[in-house]
Amino acid sequence: MTAQDFKPASEEHLAEVVAFAVAAQQPLELIGRGSKRGFGRATQAAGQLDLSGFSGISMYEPDELVMTAGPATPLAEIEAALAAENQELAFEPPHMGHMQANAVTDGSIGGVFACNLAGPRRFKAGSARDHLLGFRGVSGRGEVFKSGGRVVKNVTGYDLCKLMCGSFGTLAALTEVTFKVLPRAEKIWTVLAFGLTAGEAVQAMAAAAGSPHDVTGLCHLPEAVAARSSVDFVSGAAASVTAFRVEGPAPSVVHRAAALQATLGTAPGIEVLHSHRSVTFWREVRDVAPLLDSEGTFGNPLWRLSVTPTRGGQTMHDILEQVSGRGMLDWAGGQIWLGLDAGAEDGGVAPIRAVMDGGHATLIRGAADLRARVPVFQPQSAPLAALTQRIKDGFDPKGILNPGRMVEGV
Amino acid sequence: MQMPKPDEAVIARRSDLVAAFREFLPASHVVVDEATLKAFESDGLTAYRQPPMIAVLPETTEEVSRILKLCREWGVKVVPRGSGTSLSGGALPLADGVLLGLGKFNQVLDIDYDNRTATVQPGVTNLAITHAVEGEGFYYAPDPSSQIACSIGGNVAENSGGVHCLKYGLTTNNILGIEMVTIDGEVLRIGGKHLDAEGYDLLGIMTGSEGLLGVVTEVTVRILRKPETVRALLVGFPTVEQGGDCVGRIIAAGIIPAGMEMMDKPAIHAAEAFCHAGYPLDVEAILIIELDGPEAEVDHLTEIVSGICNDSGAVSVRVSATEAERMNFWAGRKAAFPAIGRISPDYYCMDGTIPRRQLPLVLKRMAEMAEKHGLGVANVFHAGDGNLHPLILYDANMPGELERAEEFGSDILKLCVEVGGVLTGEHGVGVEKRDLMPEMFTEVDLNQQQRLKCAFDPDGLLNPGKVFPTLHRCAELGRMHIHRGQMPFPDLPRF
Repeated sequence: MTAQDFKPASEEHLAEVVAFAVAAQQPLELIGRGSKRGFGRATQAAGQLDLSGFSGISMYEPDELVMTAGPATPLAEIEAALAAENQELAFEPPHMGHMQANAVTDGSIGGVFACNLAGPRRFKAGSARDHLLGFRGVSGRGEVFKSGGRVVKNVTGYDLCKLMCGSFGTLAALTEVTFKVLPRAEKIWTVLAFGLTAGEAVQAMAAAAGSPHDVTGLCHLPEAVAARSSVDFVSGAAASVTAFRVEGPAPSVVHRAAALQATLGTAPGIEVLHSHRSVTFWREVRDVAPLLDSEGTFGNPLWRLSVTPTRGGQTMHDILEQVSGRGMLDWAGGQIWLGLDAGAEDGGVAPIRAVMDGGHATLIRGAADLRARVPVFQPQSAPLAALTQRIKDGFDPKGILNPGRMVEGV
Repeated sequence: MQMPKPDEAVIARRSDLVAAFREFLPASHVVVDEATLKAFESDGLTAYRQPPMIAVLPETTEEVSRILKLCREWGVKVVPRGSGTSLSGGALPLADGVLLGLGKFNQVLDIDYDNRTATVQPGVTNLAITHAVEGEGFYYAPDPSSQIACSIGGNVAENSGGVHCLKYGLTTNNILGIEMVTIDGEVLRIGGKHLDAEGYDLLGIMTGSEGLLGVVTEVTVRILRKPETVRALLVGFPTVEQGGDCVGRIIAAGIIPAGMEMMDKPAIHAAEAFCHAGYPLDVEAILIIELDGPEAEVDHLTEIVSGICNDSGAVSVRVSATEAERMNFWAGRKAAFPAIGRISPDYYCMDGTIPRRQLPLVLKRMAEMAEKHGLGVANVFHAGDGNLHPLILYDANMPGELERAEEFGSDILKLCVEVGGVLTGEHGVGVEKRDLMPEMFTEVDLNQQQRLKCAFDPDGLLNPGKVFPTLHRCAELGRMHIHRGQMPFPDLPRF
């Protein structure tokens, strides 16, 4: 039987489709808007499950800090609705389409949760998983189920919202997501320190993160990466750039920026980005823009490493000794982005994972054959891998939903 | 409350099990005498009592692993326990079960200021973490009111909150890693000092799993730098509606205070009589609003928030001028439970969460219910996040009052669900709210949750009788009805 594609229009229809796929033993690739189809392993599914019918904001109560939307709702639509009320997604999800060889630059809110994405504010505000309050969806058993609710404080039953975040559509096809939103800061300034080595930057970022100045962004761009920024003070620095973001009410931001400058007094150069430049700069950092190839050679491997923050500088240095490419640090050093040059054997997987001591490395972008050949996600220990398989079996025993997207067989 | 029927065959092998434990545990760490076992017979929900068959008090992860492995092999149920402060009966023992006490896991293992983490054993109390790091100006943010006694392992099990989670999140938002032991005795490490663990979010699942999935033996938490300035406002309102409206206006103005607590008139009067905090007595509701951050920010926000309070109809707004005054504002709120205990022989503390704007309706309906059940009620409320703690006043010595209090409580929680809220905001389901779960979830929802448990604990040996009203065998849950393979909606277009 040839594979079929489906575009369900209702939750009931979706449940029927999955039940049919179970009976027909036909695995399905879940697609919201398609911006992240190149992220993760290629799904072992011939048919497509187009979820674009589940789109639109159905509830938004700004004074209750909560929104409900269909998972296929464009991230841009969500962000625009929030901006109109001076609110935002505090976890700053990257617009991942920009990182992929993909015409769709604007992903869906469901994709953000499925991949558990978060931007520079992660170390302070949490990730997507910290903001999903409730969902409805259809399991791989073809059953409609829900978890969570619309309130932040909720310990009623297992927190399946966490499990859905970062499960890459392997457990359920979601039909509705309810999430926490927060006020947008009145003022955003960024203190820049020029010319620090990665090691010095990690120390300065750790000190700032542990200071009372309530810093909400801490990244380090080596000189060659900073040069690719569209923000003049950054690209024109002719030196590495370490950035410290402070946000909040105006008097507080002015005070904290001055306090940070005072503690950084020993750095070779200091500059402060005011609101507009700050917003542009952190959007670039969020979307890893300075690492992406301007020539559009999207095939080159892009890696994201999550490590103990103080090890970020050394880990990045040690990897780039062995493979050719560029890197930058976010999350006070806890997140390393690596854009490798073409030609690294197996996309650099061996040296990257050999150098790491704890944490994990994920291949965010790579040619299809590379993603089929090397583990895109950090391999798990045998007991954790077995537990992962058992969890998958509990939600999707016949392997219908995005099989193989994370690990072969899951 | 029906607990799983004790397995007489297991109870008959009690002395064999004791001998098997004593092969690797010191005799004194395997508790068998009735008097000592009685100490474990209940937790913070004292209405339910049941001494365990045996209590074991391991000191190492290796010992926990051997205990669980043995229990799995022998088919013996296990109830994990931290400090035993659960308000939902999460640590209520079983007559045929082993109580696994983690009190001896009381060491702080590592403090890393550069990475802002502390790694501790699960028996360390919540407040002890803050005490361990406050010398360097740091603290651990989640602050359940039992923080002086409750353990961090219990906090993970219950996903504990506190008065500051509006701004700083619950336990789940403040832990980075755990070491845990499965019922098979396997030791797993999830996460660490990095910010997000790989694969399925097992850390997120373990947090709030009420001891049904595994036993946590180590926890790595985020620690935060203490804010430079903390200030509180004590605000009185002539109506509860105006107080609720004020909370909404503050948030709509883009301000997330560190805490926003509301008390209704009965709670205000009880607290004031108990600790003379200086609360206004001629109002229907008070709000305590705490602001923290750099002094410049707190000054700025104090002015804005005071203005919003006045615009919302506040009849009194006091801003703490000193740390002593701030602590005094909080004293009444923090002593609310014992204060109620002083005016009523017994009280029953509930824990629902509602969408905040439903507060006036919920309080009105609750007053009607109080009349119907013939019992008093006082309310303290984490107003910022909609978490309501009604305290039902009753006298356990009066025949039928406990039952009436429980009925009243269950009516309140059903109301919370009806208005779009949930059964429990921070105290957990445990045994207390177990049978109310169908108010919020369908059978399909509950079965799917139980399938997750099956992935961790296929024989259902970990903390059975808690959370789920009906226990199914995993084999039964795994069965699938497969359709005959007919095309769904054959008239719909395909592409």
